[in-house]
Amino acid sequence: MLNVQPRIESAKLMAWLSPFIAICLTMLASSLMFILLDVSPLRAFEVFVIMPLSDSYNIGELMVKAAPLMLCATGLAICFRANVWNIGAEGQLLIGAVVSSYFAIQAGENAGVGMMILILTSGVIAGAFWAAIPTALDRFFKTNIILSTIMLNYIGLYTLLWAVHGPLADPQGFGFPESAMFADAILLPLIQEDGRASISIVIAIIVALITGLALFKTLPGFIVRVYGEDKAAARYAGFSSNKVVWGVMLFAGALAGFAGAAEVTGPIGQLIPSVSPGYGYAAIIVAYLGRLNPFGIIISALFMGCLYMGSDLAQIELGLPTAITGLFQGILLFFMLACDFLINYKISFSSKKIPEKPVLASSADSELVSSSESNK
Amino acid sequence: MDMELIQQILIAALKTGTPLLLIALGELVTEKSGVLNLGQEGMVLMGAMAGFAGAYYTGNLFLGMSLAMVAGITMALLFGALALSLNTSQVATGLALTIFSIGLSSFLGGSLVGSTIPGFKSIAIPFLSDIPFIGNLLFNQDILIYFSFAIAGATWWVLHKTRVGLTVRAVGENPHSANALGIKVIKIRYLATLFGGAMAGLAGAYLSLSYTPMWMENMSAGRGWIALALVVFASWRVGYLMLGAYLFGIASILHLVMQGFGFDISPNLLAMMPYLATLIVMVLISSDSLKQKLSTPMSLSKPFDPKLH
Repeated sequence: MLNVQPRIESAKLMAWLSPFIAICLTMLASSLMFILLDVSPLRAFEVFVIMPLSDSYNIGELMVKAAPLMLCATGLAICFRANVWNIGAEGQLLIGAVVSSYFAIQAGENAGVGMMILILTSGVIAGAFWAAIPTALDRFFKTNIILSTIMLNYIGLYTLLWAVHGPLADPQGFGFPESAMFADAILLPLIQEDGRASISIVIAIIVALITGLALFKTLPGFIVRVYGEDKAAARYAGFSSNKVVWGVMLFAGALAGFAGAAEVTGPIGQLIPSVSPGYGYAAIIVAYLGRLNPFGIIISALFMGCLYMGSDLAQIELGLPTAITGLFQGILLFFMLACDFLINYKISFSSKKIPEKPVLASSADSELVSSSESNK
Repeated sequence: MDMELIQQILIAALKTGTPLLLIALGELVTEKSGVLNLGQEGMVLMGAMAGFAGAYYTGNLFLGMSLAMVAGITMALLFGALALSLNTSQVATGLALTIFSIGLSSFLGGSLVGSTIPGFKSIAIPFLSDIPFIGNLLFNQDILIYFSFAIAGATWWVLHKTRVGLTVRAVGENPHSANALGIKVIKIRYLATLFGGAMAGLAGAYLSLSYTPMWMENMSAGRGWIALALVVFASWRVGYLMLGAYLFGIASILHLVMQGFGFDISPNLLAMMPYLATLIVMVLISSDSLKQKLSTPMSLSKPFDPKLH
């Protein structure tokens, strides 16, 4: 007899194992899918896992994709930790890209490091500004952050399209929706000779490490965690909810904005309509896969970069559509959520039922989700 | 302004408002039972893709429409399995459902991009469609729009005038009491969620079989999210929901109207209007936070585990 019993305390081991179980289950499910598509699962495994890691160009491309994911996911993880449902990394990234491009197209070949810093800073500020809008709406009008950030993603996307079709379009571009190529002088330094990986991956890793330390070893990090786990306790302790929400939102917006700026001044080198293949949304999955832990996110972002890279290769090698990336991401997130069941519930094979009423470990978490919901 | 133009604008608003109305009706019932399903956008896309595929391959629009509803229900079932049976966070599960459905619909519908079919035709209702002004507006539309009127009416009636509706509302307000009365809370929540899926699927069918008879990646363009805001705007009431859906309809065609009047604004800036309007409306409705608090189903997005009771 299968017996499902709520755990009194959530299982620490399971919390760490569940991303790996989820990845294994996703591989199993996708093997089935590949068989249905008449592709040998072994060949698919080779394309998705071995090939991205096979030569230095591919590894570079993997890091190109991991960098924006890592930056966005680190910011989102801090928001989610504080129970602030910021889904707006995509819009914040796009606005960061647009604003930094505005400065980048004005830079000439003799521009110096100062100009590069100005361009990146403008992206950071723009991203933070884009995150400030839903935060202000939440703080002053109690509008739902999930919906306002999603609306701002759409508005950000149309701002990008407007910019590449109009004010930032290349005057010599024959009406193509693209900006002029940026001057080499302001492009981010590369970290490899035969690829496109720039220092943005290094910055992303450093940011994740510092954020991780700050989250677990400093007072502001402690406040964020307490606020997320028990709003009432945070209030009794005198922590300001305004400071927490503003802090995490601006932080996440700044990181996403930087990611946008680093995309246009890094691997792309100009502003194009497809700056982001949904990095801002994929970062939600990266954040969850990394257990909302910045250290874990370094690994999960590299993993997701590998998945993106694998899909690109699969399009060339196996003729599969790139939509398969989104499909895998969705399956992965589903399994991830399902595996979290194992953290809060114990499955045993005895027929004996335990009569006493245990305390559900996840109840605090669910209470908070709903209390943030009731704000709307 | 002449009557002809006003009528044209109202017809356009009706057509743009209908998918929002259908999605929002489904979400309203789902939320009334205490479940917050943020997967609407994804379920609409799956419905649009399945509906188009069904109609394209069988040549039967009604078969396509049924397939769209089945697709919506299947996705809602997936949501239910996680959020209702495994008690995962409803917010995270809904987002996961949307991400998954965007991927799945673009993947499965990849080969259909660029195909066209003859969509649903307008059906003029005899006599009624001859009434001046409103005849053409209300009684010369395609069948899905008539369905949407009927469903809105039926939803109101069931929710407020029948025992079933009372049960759904009880489960959403206080699942513990409902459970104590012997109501199967999880079962009711499943049914309400599946209804939401069916409506989202139907809205998808409307998009891909009537509004623009074709399939395109991401063709729902955020309507699932706008509908979520609409439910809050309507403070969970069917009447306001209809009004709101058509007002949003007008807001989303405003750019066409403005272009018609010869305003020279970038189409990309005008395309922001529905999202901007949603943001503004969200701010406006939040000014009455007490009413908002009172009309929100009490246990919205709170998981309920019968094993603990």
